[in-house]
This record gives sequence, structure tokens and C-alpha cells, in this order.
Amino acid sequence: MPETKETLETRPPVTSTGKTLRTEEMVLNMGPQHPSTHGVLRLELVVDGEIIVDVTPHIGYLHRCFEKHSEAMTNYQQVIPYADRMDYLASMSMDLGYAVAVEKLLGIKVPERVEYIRVIMVEFQRIASHLIALGTYGLDVGAFTPFLFCFRDRERILDLFEMTCGARLLYNYIWVGGLSHDLPLTFIDKAKEFCEYFKPKIKELNDLLSYNEIFIKRTAHIGVLPAEVAINYGCSGPMLRGSGVNRDLRRNDPYSIYPDFEFDVAVGKGEMGTVGDCWDRYFVRVREMVQSVRILEQALERIPKEGDVQSAVPKRIRPPIGDVYARTESPRGELGFYIISDGSVSPYRVKVRSPAFVNLSVIPEISKGCMIADMVAIVGSVDIVLGEVDR
Amino acid sequence: MEQLLRGILGDNVSVYIVLAAIPLAWILPFALFAVWLERKVSAHMQDRLGPMRTGGWHGWSQTIADIVKLMQKEDIVPTAADKILFVLAPFVVFIGTYAAFAVIPFSSEYVGSNIDLGLFYFVAVSSVVVVGILMAGWSSNNKWSMFGAMRSAAQIVSYEIPGVLALLSVVMIVGTLNLQEVNELQRGWFWNWMIFQKFPFVFIAFMIYFVASLAEVNRAPFDIPEAESELVAGYHTEYSGMKFALLFLAEYANMFAVSAVGATLFFGGWNSPFGDFLSGPLWGVIWFISKGMVFIFVQMWLRWTLPRLRVDQLMYVGWKVLTPFAFANIVAVGLWMIL
Amino acid sequence: MTPQEIHDQLKLKFGDAILEFKPDAVVDPYIQIAPDRPKDVGLYLRDDPALEFDFLMCLSSVDYNDGNLGVVYHLNSLKHEHKITLKVRVSKDAPEVQSVELVWKSANWHEREAYDMMGIRFTAHGDLRRILCPDDWEGHPLRKDYQVQEFYHGIKVPY
Repeated sequence: MPETKETLETRPPVTSTGKTLRTEEMVLNMGPQHPSTHGVLRLELVVDGEIIVDVTPHIGYLHRCFEKHSEAMTNYQQVIPYADRMDYLASMSMDLGYAVAVEKLLGIKVPERVEYIRVIMVEFQRIASHLIALGTYGLDVGAFTPFLFCFRDRERILDLFEMTCGARLLYNYIWVGGLSHDLPLTFIDKAKEFCEYFKPKIKELNDLLSYNEIFIKRTAHIGVLPAEVAINYGCSGPMLRGSGVNRDLRRNDPYSIYPDFEFDVAVGKGEMGTVGDCWDRYFVRVREMVQSVRILEQALERIPKEGDVQSAVPKRIRPPIGDVYARTESPRGELGFYIISDGSVSPYRVKVRSPAFVNLSVIPEISKGCMIADMVAIVGSVDIVLGEVDR
Repeated sequence: MEQLLRGILGDNVSVYIVLAAIPLAWILPFALFAVWLERKVSAHMQDRLGPMRTGGWHGWSQTIADIVKLMQKEDIVPTAADKILFVLAPFVVFIGTYAAFAVIPFSSEYVGSNIDLGLFYFVAVSSVVVVGILMAGWSSNNKWSMFGAMRSAAQIVSYEIPGVLALLSVVMIVGTLNLQEVNELQRGWFWNWMIFQKFPFVFIAFMIYFVASLAEVNRAPFDIPEAESELVAGYHTEYSGMKFALLFLAEYANMFAVSAVGATLFFGGWNSPFGDFLSGPLWGVIWFISKGMVFIFVQMWLRWTLPRLRVDQLMYVGWKVLTPFAFANIVAVGLWMIL
Repeated sequence: MTPQEIHDQLKLKFGDAILEFKPDAVVDPYIQIAPDRPKDVGLYLRDDPALEFDFLMCLSSVDYNDGNLGVVYHLNSLKHEHKITLKVRVSKDAPEVQSVELVWKSANWHEREAYDMMGIRFTAHGDLRRILCPDDWEGHPLRKDYQVQEFYHGIKVPY
């Protein structure tokens, strides 16, 4: 038998009476009721003191049978309110994802004005969603104030949405082939006003949180996700870009009218630590907000003045027999809808590839050996919405 | 004060009861006010208003309403908890804090007990809080509370060292542990305050003390024992009703205690900054409390600005940064005194 | 690479494991493969330098309602930016499909979901537990013939 060298770490502690103490790992349930799991995620942690030995995520506490519901609908349009409720922080993006998929199946081309309004809405939604992600991330590492600053700005975006469709959270705004309403008259001015208002606020957030020494200490070098691992695990969105992969579906697999806009794909560069750490994932979101404002400014400038937003909405949706997989870039990553049509008026099968679901599955891989406080930072940096994970 | 009370009440034990009750009579309204202030300070830092309705002017009676609510709440003791320790813990925490007030000189005429070992007593007694916190965390029979208690014990014990070393460098200069004498030595204009002596060494000592005191009272960025986003609420997760109120009260009282000692040792305690102008026993109370409140405000300011350190980073700061600096500072002050 | 070229290359390599190629399917063309080969095909697709399908976009389970269940793989190559859809059909009586978890880690949770919702067993999957439903749930909800259980731990399920 090879002799193992006894080190300070491996030797069990000895009491004053000479007996050795037995230490063992502890199983700790983080969630489903825990302030930092962003909903009802349960992480089963095996901990050695404060160090995490193993993590098993348990999901499904918010499973609302979206896919089963979709099959029971009597119309393709009826799925949209359910799609809203998946990622309740980015309902517009969910609507768009579904609409794009069904339109691809039907082969509909929507009017240009509709495309512009969709892009405007979705980019506003991206900013709103990232604001929550960044704000709650600050909260996770103990900074309370940035959270409320972010909410203050998000509130203005919700006001714009409310002005447009009456709802502040679940919009049912983007329909297959069109929109539920046209924009209100003052919307464009108000939206431009917001862009002007918002630009300095990003700097404020950076000064307060992003470049805070303690914040960097808490997030840099933590939860490093190498690019190959991220790709193999199917990570997408800010999670993948945080790992330094230059990939954005708006660029790489364009849909809607994104090719017409100028914007940079935000990529993590590892300024504060290693490429792919929590800080990078965080900062990719900040950069994306800047780019979203850029897209918004162009879209608000170029949007066609006239146009019926419902002209392309089909009276009756009866797609041909077949299936379609369409993907869009939601704030959390690649949102895919796989829809099978059997030629009837309701979908035969809808499967959602939800970005947060896939991104979450990488957690056990990147959190071994970190501390409980880091676990909170890692979960926060993945930016999950349990409504979307569980569907 | 003691003489005055003896004159009124005669030479018996009631004198001491009254003397002891004075800090208590201060702690309660102070905690109510501080909680309200914390809400207001945080709210205004965050573009909000905070409580605005309860009681009329800026929700001034919000905390009173909260206390009334807490008193009415059911006092839950978890079935799996160690009942004796669970019930005892809030009292131990509170007693540790309250006892520390005995040596704090509120005014030239009032200090609970004018003992020569004042500062030493303060440092020793305020550590009793650790025992209470450990009791609370252990007896709750909750893993998260246990984590909070363990972190808290490790943190308070390690930050005691740089904190005390920093205080020691001041003690070397003044040559006494009696807090009332320290105050007497800083009489006159504000440049007589300790913070401006032997520049910059006392100033460094003050910075070290202030950081260590933040850690000792579990305030951000060192609030890891109660880190609500990690440990939910740490050692007081399982407490409800008055027991929770007591823990809460102790926390705020502790904030004031460390601020008061900081004010006394470095900022002239009850001395007026302007020599004899506005000085006297009653003005002394006002000066002392306002100096304490300034520190309280800074503590709140930091809490609502900074994120939280991780537990190992906290230990790193304590042992590898603050402690060596505090030692070096002592040596520097000592050399200055000799030369 | 076009789907046709991908199919030809696969056909050359795997022969009869490639059952069918449908270039005119609505909306995207797909390749039908044998249920006991997805992992081998996947490994080849991932590692061949000309194909390099390193990104599993989606893995869906389907009940075709003709006694067959299906698994649909949507693959994408980040480098070459081409896509392909693979389909697998298995009988409902013995729904066993080779797991691709070892090829693309993202399949881990997708396959658990397919197992949970459709009852497809993935062979050589390391951790095939239910993911969305509770561990002791009966039946597989997304099957077309699914009947919800009457009671779950004494709670009436159908409302």
C-alpha cells in the first residue's frame, strides 16, 4: 500500500484528550424558499464547512404545463398569453419568439412598421430585463441601492409598455403576423426621451456597482465558465458571450430586421479577472444595454410613419403539416420554439428551448469548490427566471 | 451625578439602579429613532421616500408601530430548538451590549461607572455578545442560523484584535484607560482632539478602529453573519416577536456603543469643539450624542452603498491587513512617544 | 454545408443507421436515424472538422400518436453556421433511445425532460430522473393518451 503523506489538510482534528474528531459533509438545501435563488429553484448543496463539494439543482416548482396547454388551445394566437407567462420579465421577447416561429411555419412576411415596432419593444424589454438582472445581482452580493436604481429606470420602460398596450408585465402585444395595437401618438417622443435619460444612468450604475472594489472582489475569478464548456452545455446569451464567444443570434442567425441595425456584440473580455467569470457575465449585460439603446435610437429614427399593424394578421391560422424550429435572442439567450403542426387550427406539439433552463444546467459544473457566498453570486450571474426554466 | 442622586435618594442601592437605568432610557428611544433614520437614509439614497404615513410627519412613528406589532406577535420557539438556550440567547446578546454602556461617558457629569479600567471593561464586555449569538445560532437548530453564528463568532473575535490594537495606540498617548479622563484630556478647541494628535498615526488608528467596529457590530460591508441574500437572516432567522425585537435592539445599541467609544477616544467625547463655547454638562450630552450619530450615519451610508465581502476575504482583511497595520501603528506611536 | 451534403457524408459513414432524408419537409429538411445510434452519429457530427456540430440547440420529444414516440435533435455549428435536424422514432412499447449526453452536455437536462414528459428512456444516461414533475408522479403528461392520476398524496388532481 502506498504511504499517503499526512498533511495539515487531511489530518483529522485532535481534541485535547487525544481523540480524533470526525468531520463530515453537510447537506444543505438552498431554496426553494431562499431570497437568492430568484424564485423557486432548489439547490441541494453538499458542503464542507463553507466550501461547496457538490451541487444538484432541482427544478419544477413552477411548472405550469405550458407545452400541454398549448396543445389544448383552439387557435395558434391563444398560445401567446401563455408564452407571456414563461419569462415574465421579458414577455415581449417570448411573444416575439413564438410569433417568429409560427410566421416561419406559415411563411408570412409582416409589414415593415410592425417589424420596427417589434424591435423597439424587444430592445426595451431587453433593457428592462437586464436592469432586473443587474439590480438583483447587486442585491445578491449585498449591495441594496443599485437594485432600486435599476428598478427606477425599469419603471420608465414599463410606463412606455403600459402606454402602448395597457399592461405592465404580461403584454400579449406581439401577435402572429402583427401586433395587438398600433403605437400611441406620443410614444416615439417618449421613447427618445427615455434613451436620452437612460444613457447617463448606465454610467451611474457602473460607478456605483460595476467598478466597486468589493463587487469586483466578489465576482472576478468566480464561477469561471470556459468557452468550450459553455458551448458543450448549450449556454447562450450573456452566459456564452461572457465566456468570450462572439455570438448573438441577432447577428449570427438574423431574424426580423436586425441586419439593418448597427450594433456591437457585447463579449466578456476578462478585464477584472478570468474570461468567463461572474463579473464578465454581469458586464456583458451592461454592455448589451448600451447596444440596445443604440439599436433603439436607430429604430426610432427610421420607423415608417404609416402602416396598418394588423394587415398581415391571418384570420385563420392553419399551417401546413410539418414542423419548425425558430430561435430568437431573448435577454437570457437563445429562445427556441419547436412547433409541430398537424394541419389543424391548434399546434400539435410545442416545445420550448428556454435559455435559462439550459444555462442553469451548467451550474454544477462551475460551482464546485467555491463558497456558499459564491454560489449566490454564480446563480445570480446566470440570471434565471424560474417561470421560464420550469415553463 | 452620583453625588446628586445620593443627595436625593439617600445612600442606598436605588442610586445605582437609577444610574444604570439611564443608558436603558437612552437605548430604547435611540433604537426607535435609529431604525427610522436608517429607513429614511436608505430611502433617500435610493430615490425613495421611505415611510411617509404613520404618525404624520415623514412617518416618524413607523418604528413605534413596528414595536407594537412585534409585541403582539406570537412568540414561536421551534420544536426542534434547544429551548433553554433559545430563550436565553437574546437576553445574553442584549445584556452584553447594555453592560458596555456602563462605562460610556455621556457627559462630564454622567458616566454609569467611572472605573479606571473603563476601556478594558468595554472591550471585554462587548465580546459577550458573541456568546449570545453562538447560542442563538446553535439552539435554533437551523443550518443557516448555525452558519450565521459561526461566521459571526469568527468575525467578531478576529476583528476584536485590530480594533483593540488601534485603541491601544491612543491609550499609549493618553496613558489611561478611564474614558472620563480621556475626555478631560481633550478639553479645549477641536485641535485638542486625539484624532489630530501625532498625525497621522492616531488617524490611522481611528480608521482601523472604525473598520473593525463595523465588523464587530455586523454592519455592511461586514454583515456576512446576517447576510440576507446568503443566509436569509443568519442567527436570528428563527426568532420572532419580542425575542427578535431584543436582538434587533441589541444590534442598534451596539452600533451606538462602538460609535460612542470612537467619539470619546478620537473626537473629544462630550467636549465642545469650540473651547468653552456651548460647553457644560447638558451641552456635553448633546455634543456626545451628535458625534455618535455622525458615526451611525456613516455606518448607514456604507451599508446602503457597499456590497458585502465574502467570509474568507473578511478574514483576510482582518488578519492580514488590519492587524499588521495596527501593530505597525502601535510601534510608530511608541517610537514617537520615546523620541 | 447544405443538409444534402451532410446527409451524404453521414450515409457514407453510417450506412443503414441513416434511415431517411427528407429535403422537402416543411420547413426544414431532416435526417431520420436509427434510435440506437444517436450517440455515434452525434460524436461524428461533433468531431468531424467539416461538420463540427458543437451546439445542440434543442432536443424535443414528440408523441406521433401512431404508436410511436420521437426525439428531434436540432444541431448547429458555431464555426460553420450550418444547421441540421435529426429525428428518431421509437415504438411506444419500448421507447429506448441512445443518450447523447456524452456528446453534448446540454442534452442531459433535455433528455431528463423528454423522459419526464414523454417517457422515453435514454440508454447510458447518467442521471435519468424526472426533472419537472415530482419523482413519484405517475405517467408522462405530454403523451397524447395521458390520463391524469386521480390522487397525488391524497390531493385530488383533476380540477
